Amino acid sequence: MNFTYHVEGGDFTNAGSTSSQVKRMLKKIGVSPEIVKKTVVALYEAEVNIVAHAYRGDIFVNLEDDHVTIVLSDEGPGIPDIEKAMQKGFSTASPKVREMGFGAGMGLPNIKNNSDNLNIKSEVGKGTTIEFTNYFFAQ
Amino acid sequence: MTIEEIINLVQGEILCGDERVKEEVACVFASDLMSDVLTLKDNDGLMLLTGLCNLQSIRTCEMSDINYILIVRGKEVTDDMLELAEDNDMVIIRTKYSMFKTSGILYAAGLPPVY
Repeated sequence: MNFTYHVEGGDFTNAGSTSSQVKRMLKKIGVSPEIVKKTVVALYEAEVNIVAHAYRGDIFVNLEDDHVTIVLSDEGPGIPDIEKAMQKGFSTASPKVREMGFGAGMGLPNIKNNSDNLNIKSEVGKGTTIEFTNYFFAQ
Repeated sequence: MTIEEIINLVQGEILCGDERVKEEVACVFASDLMSDVLTLKDNDGLMLLTGLCNLQSIRTCEMSDINYILIVRGKEVTDDMLELAEDNDMVIIRTKYSMFKTSGILYAAGLPPVY
């Protein structure tokens, strides 16, 4: 099954609404609470990143019998140095993002910690695509 | 320690989930940084103590499976925050006390930290 959601940059009121819908869906089909939590924590961090840094983005969710793959593709400034962005504490977040309780340079490392496979591609001036997969059972 | 006991200790008021005051809180995490809250692993019975009062603090608890929230410094909780909390069966308490005072009272009363 495939699902697509749209996210607007700067829309903090709705930040997390996609993660909320995906959480309900994963719970409904009987995915274990541990895997649901780790998946939606990774998704929520990535969704907040689109709201915080990009102009707009789309989230594609591909749900299979034993895993879920989530792709978040945004139009935005891109990440010049992904390795640096993956370091704990590195952040380019605005004061507004920090007021929301984010922007401490913990998002990308936390996405990595909560995903089984993570792939980040970015082009400066165009945007960023994050893809991660989580398996429902031990591999 | 029950929600009811916590409310008495911090002179708090319950804003959402008043039918659940007999439930037991196992431990507390105090933070205004939601990125930090999102790194917690096992949140069974955990209460978040926070001064960050906006939709994202409720969303963070939703994603992290945190059911109990204690808002400090008497901050205003909006209707959309309450609606989101109710949708997710959360309990929200509010106290006028500061983060430090609330933490001290709950710690002295025997509630353990996460770490």
